Amino acid sequence: MQLSAEQLTWAVHGTPLLVDVNLTVASGQTFGLVGPNGSGKTSLLRLLAGLNKPKAGQVLIGNQPLHTLKQRAIAQSIALVEQQAETTDRITVREVVALGRTPFLSALQPWSDQNEAIVTQALLDVDMQHMANRLWHTLSGGERQRVHIGRALAQQPKVLLLDEPTNHLDIRHQLSILKLVKQLPITVIISLHDLNHAMECDHIGVMDGGRLVDAGPPKGVLTAFRLRQTFGVYADIFTDPVDNSQVMRFRSAL
Amino acid sequence: MRIALTRSSAAGLGLRWLWITPIVLLAALIAGTAIGETPIPVDTILKVLANQLLGADYAVDRIDAGIIWNYRLSRAVVAACCGTSLALAGVVLQALLRNPLADPYLMGISAGASTGAVAVAVAGLGAGALSLSLGAFVGALLAFGIVVMLAHAANSGVGGGRGVQAAGAIILAGIAGSQLFNALTAFIITKSASAEQARGIMFWLMGNLSGVRWADVTLAVPAALFGLLVCLWHRRSLDAFTFGADSAASMGIAVRPVRGMLIISMALVTAVMVSIVGAIGFVGLVIPHAMRFIVGSQHTRLVPATALAGAVFLIGSDILSRILVSGQVLPIGVITSLIGAPAFALILVRGKRH
Ligand SMILES: Nc1ncnc2c1ncn2[C@@H]1O[C@H](COP(=O)(O)OP(=O)(O)OP(=O)(O)O)[C@@H](O)[C@H]1O
Ligand SMILES: [Mg+2]
Repeated sequence: MQLSAEQLTWAVHGTPLLVDVNLTVASGQTFGLVGPNGSGKTSLLRLLAGLNKPKAGQVLIGNQPLHTLKQRAIAQSIALVEQQAETTDRITVREVVALGRTPFLSALQPWSDQNEAIVTQALLDVDMQHMANRLWHTLSGGERQRVHIGRALAQQPKVLLLDEPTNHLDIRHQLSILKLVKQLPITVIISLHDLNHAMECDHIGVMDGGRLVDAGPPKGVLTAFRLRQTFGVYADIFTDPVDNSQVMRFRSAL
Repeated sequence: MRIALTRSSAAGLGLRWLWITPIVLLAALIAGTAIGETPIPVDTILKVLANQLLGADYAVDRIDAGIIWNYRLSRAVVAACCGTSLALAGVVLQALLRNPLADPYLMGISAGASTGAVAVAVAGLGAGALSLSLGAFVGALLAFGIVVMLAHAANSGVGGGRGVQAAGAIILAGIAGSQLFNALTAFIITKSASAEQARGIMFWLMGNLSGVRWADVTLAVPAALFGLLVCLWHRRSLDAFTFGADSAASMGIAVRPVRGMLIISMALVTAVMVSIVGAIGFVGLVIPHAMRFIVGSQHTRLVPATALAGAVFLIGSDILSRILVSGQVLPIGVITSLIGAPAFALILVRGKRH
């Protein structure tokens, strides 16, 4: 399902944090959101998920303005993995992933075999099925991250929003999560700090100071100029002879 | 062994144990009726119950029948309702505010109730037309209203609407509101109460089931059932708050209305209980934590378990309060805290080891 933002503006206490963001992510596309710390990636994802109401402009899912939908209806289409979400509850991995079914359950509905199957599949997708009965507080940071992603997958969303999902992951799980996300037939918006990973996305958007300063196919967006201008680093860009993909080598900070 | 410890004991625990809850509750009610300064045999109790409820015609000593029906049973039923309600209010507030120290009195309810009670009993508000209970009820709701307004004002100041801030604002507003009403109570007492009156009020505030009659039962039972139903109905919403309000919202919970409705319901139920029996402490704090250790954090299991445990705990505390010192009834709040504090410590220590 297509997700778009039209002239999205958001401010806290009169301080503008997002300014006039226009964005369209086509159905099935994987869209990478990059930008330095504090550039507004998390803020944008929260608006796209309907957690904050825009000050001006609107978010459209398909052709529906997000603000016309109930929270439950939004959650049936859009899942969000937050940058950090912690709990002190004694809750098992399986129970966390099962939370993803919340938007589809009502008070009188019992937990069905179909829900159970969806949860099992989500656990398999993030390679956590062998820890299904472990308690949350016994997990490592990367394991927690994978469980959160599993929870979002259990939501069976049409649009998946991921805020730095590869943060705590070891390199193998970073690559496997990125691969999984790319393979999903749904629309994905993923914020990333590793620019070489971002190159794998179908499109990239660059946030800087609350503005979306550039968006498009990775090669056109992540140029040496952009890296200097927005990220403040000198970088060289090579072509990998193995698969002709672009690789960035960061030399020094400005 | 290590694996056994890191796995949840609750994971394999389904809902099959639920059938024992009515049996345990009934047993506790009968125990609460049987045990006392004059012990009453269980078969006498059953006969009185049959006479009263099924229209049977067993021969029972009139005095025994009176003690059982008019005094002890009504008392046990109200104790059960009160325990259930306070414990459930604790579950809800701890889940929504993501704060393990949240308890039913967090929102200024006990402070407001005592101000209301004191205003009626000591300052003579309402000129005798108002009962102590009604005064307490009105005071509790008034304090709750003020706390909510304070929380709202504090929250709209920070912007961003993040759930953490909202929860923090509610807790701080509760503390401020409680302090305000406690000061008011102290003011009224020092201004106009005699030592005897002050002692009476103190006793009432610590929790007192002595005055309970069937009229109170007809108030307590619907209130407790309402609280239980609200919690059961929203058990999945409560689960969704595991990772905070934002996460709940991203899973489709309409955070503001749901959280508002749950908190107001629990405040109402708590206010009813406080107005009947005073502010019994520790139940709302300890029982939810104890139950989380036993059945886990999932509210489908936690809500029924907590409801049962709260009822049984308060019936047991009431029995103890009546038999511990012969010839004297201790305030039940003293007992709940005497048991509750060490029990809480035990939970904390065991929790550390896990
Ligand atoms: N509720 C808020 N109140 C005030 N300022 C805020 C609020 N939320 C975010 N900000 C500010 O808005 C800016 C953008 O924040 P945001 O979290 O969107 O950045 P980000 O791109 O996700 O950064 P990071 O890479 O560090 O995660 C930051 O400067 C932050 O301090
Ligand atoms: Mg961020």
